[in-house]
Amino acid sequence: MAASSAALSLPKVFRPVLGLGRSGNPAKVWAAAASCRREKSTFVPPPAKYGGRHTVTLIPGDGIGPELLNHVRELFRFSCVPVDFEVVNVNSSVATEDDIHNAITAIRRNGVALKGNIETNHNMPPSHKSRNNLLRTSLDLFANMMHCQSLPGVQTRHKNIDIIIIRENTEGEYSSLEHESVSGVVESLKIITRYNSLRIADYAFRLAREKGRRRVTAVHKANIMKLADGLFLQCCKEVASGYPDIQFDSMIVDNTTMQLVSKPHQFDVMVMPNLYGNVVSNVCAGLVGGPGLVPGANYGTNYAVFETATRNTGKSIADKNIANPTAMLLASCLMLDHLRLHDYANMIRGAVLTTMNETRLHTADIGGQGTTSEVVQSVMKNIQSGGPLTTEQI
Amino acid sequence: MGDCALIKHAPPPAKYGGRHTVTLIPGDGIGPELLTHVRELFRFCCVPVDFEIVSIDSKSTSDDDMNNAITAIRRNGVALKGNIETNHNLPPSHISRNNILRTSLDLYANVIHCQTLPGVRTRHRDVDIIIIRENTEGEYSSLEHENVPGVVECLKIITRKKSLRIAEYAFNAARQNGRRRVTAVHKANIMKLGDGLFLQCCKEVAAGYPEITFDSMIVDNTTMQLVSKPQQFDVMVMPNLYGSVISNVCAGLVGGPGLVPGANYGKDYAVFETATRNTGKSIANKNIANPTATLLASCLMLDHLRLHGYASMIRKAILATVSETRLHTADLGGQGTTSEVVQSVMREIESKGPRTSEQI
Repeated sequence: MAASSAALSLPKVFRPVLGLGRSGNPAKVWAAAASCRREKSTFVPPPAKYGGRHTVTLIPGDGIGPELLNHVRELFRFSCVPVDFEVVNVNSSVATEDDIHNAITAIRRNGVALKGNIETNHNMPPSHKSRNNLLRTSLDLFANMMHCQSLPGVQTRHKNIDIIIIRENTEGEYSSLEHESVSGVVESLKIITRYNSLRIADYAFRLAREKGRRRVTAVHKANIMKLADGLFLQCCKEVASGYPDIQFDSMIVDNTTMQLVSKPHQFDVMVMPNLYGNVVSNVCAGLVGGPGLVPGANYGTNYAVFETATRNTGKSIADKNIANPTAMLLASCLMLDHLRLHDYANMIRGAVLTTMNETRLHTADIGGQGTTSEVVQSVMKNIQSGGPLTTEQI
Repeated sequence: MGDCALIKHAPPPAKYGGRHTVTLIPGDGIGPELLTHVRELFRFCCVPVDFEIVSIDSKSTSDDDMNNAITAIRRNGVALKGNIETNHNLPPSHISRNNILRTSLDLYANVIHCQTLPGVRTRHRDVDIIIIRENTEGEYSSLEHENVPGVVECLKIITRKKSLRIAEYAFNAARQNGRRRVTAVHKANIMKLGDGLFLQCCKEVAAGYPEITFDSMIVDNTTMQLVSKPQQFDVMVMPNLYGSVISNVCAGLVGGPGLVPGANYGKDYAVFETATRNTGKSIANKNIANPTATLLASCLMLDHLRLHGYASMIRKAILATVSETRLHTADLGGQGTTSEVVQSVMREIESKGPRTSEQI
């Protein structure tokens, strides 16, 4: 603990991002995990460490991840957010799984993580699993939540979209179970289990109730995959009967995507298995302005990992200062909300939205010519001008 | 709106008197009424096609109806169909009738040509995408089992033979229609073996078509690009499930399910229907359904039968009608009825030149 107090005595601006997590007490984290119940609303984030500061695992990932997460750290340092980051690098080009296992251990220790997307090299043999997938399944982050909202100031073809998409994150088509029994014939297994389907449906309805939403739509393809999606649909119906205040309906995935591009305002909360979730969340991200604007969150019983909603590495625009940092900044706000640091979250979110209103600062993906750094500077200016200097608020 | 068929085989020879016989499957929902309009229109234009109607009762559990329909299509070689409803409440052994038809006749290629129609207001302009979807395997194999209670395994099958076949079809169609680019849509970062095999087959076939650019895109990125910049896509080829989703997204982009026709081609048979395969139960028999998709599907059928003169005539009349906002049906935001649209098409045909009954 000597190291921590020495670190705290440094001027705030120069406080290095020490790996305070390593000297933290793992017993505290486990106790918190054991005491927390499954409901998201009563989930207790890991207790703040010494001095009221949280430690969060940071996984830079590939492509635009590292630069955007650097901006997040800069912003947090500027706003004096009481969060320290434990940076864990995952090298996507090696075949061993040590890196990702280190990352998983770090997340188990800290309970919360912020990550960039880790690239999956297609040319590696099939035994080389997607690192992102491995992370999600090992930590049992069963719910991927994405809130697609039209941002004021961003011009899109559809206005006032407000859809919450809840996607099962661990099974379905992403089970990575494939085999080639006969040469030239590949069987890929899609697994749907009652347990996971009930769990995700429960999560969806509980979230809808908490946020005062009226309607939950299950998206499926049960006319073709009768047993699998049929089971999913049945589980949703069972859970729905326990929430009479919320209307439940279902829609086939192809009809859903067509309705989304013509009349997206009819949707409220949507719950679905893994693959449809992938497609539908990308369609909705496209409707509200693109991959640079929407944050995503992965929740499990004990852990939470925040990232951009559409999980792009953005290799082609990496290190060119043209990536849109909005999604990552909003993801960090979601993380702050999760840590119950609501004031900081609202402050940063307000500043990001104000910045979005200025068309001059829009980055290339939303049709402007702004750079990443300009956007981040503007956010910082907005925070500074938003009230008393944040360094004086503490 | 060119002919996207793979012209490798000759359509069945015209019967006595130069008239073709085509199987007609009314289906459920809006199918029967729209196909009745098609027949009316053909009679009016003196199209040399006779329809052999085969009804399928979607409520019965026996397979006799389906077998009759399949035999009729084998006999005639060409069919025009409405969508047959699949009742969710029947046990899982009751496989979708539409699916049985596609697999028994080995209609391996589903081709949908999405084009923005003049006169229909949409959020995107100048969309012109040909979607070629593998129609017989993939996620639609209907192979599911529950070994352990509460855990269902659903098999998605991808084979080398069918992937090569659909890729060949796609590149051939691209070449014949003068298209520059073919994009394969996949999810090979997750389903490495399955979609990996599909992608590999596409690459192999692409090597034999050097004048056509080949690229690939992951399905989630594809759907996002489709809703923001659909003009970047030219020809797209993909396995079954992604095809279902993407064809619906594209249909939504150009104006909805009432406007886009679809064609299912096999080596020996061809079946034409609406692209998004909706039964439209809620609007059945109310005279508000949009007949455009079914009428354009019948034009595709006429093109397949080499009756290009009739096909162009009817197609032009349909496009002229769709341009009139006054006649737009409810799905396009108007208040027109189905019969008004069909009447207008007939009037257009009549006014365009000498009465068709005098052309023969």
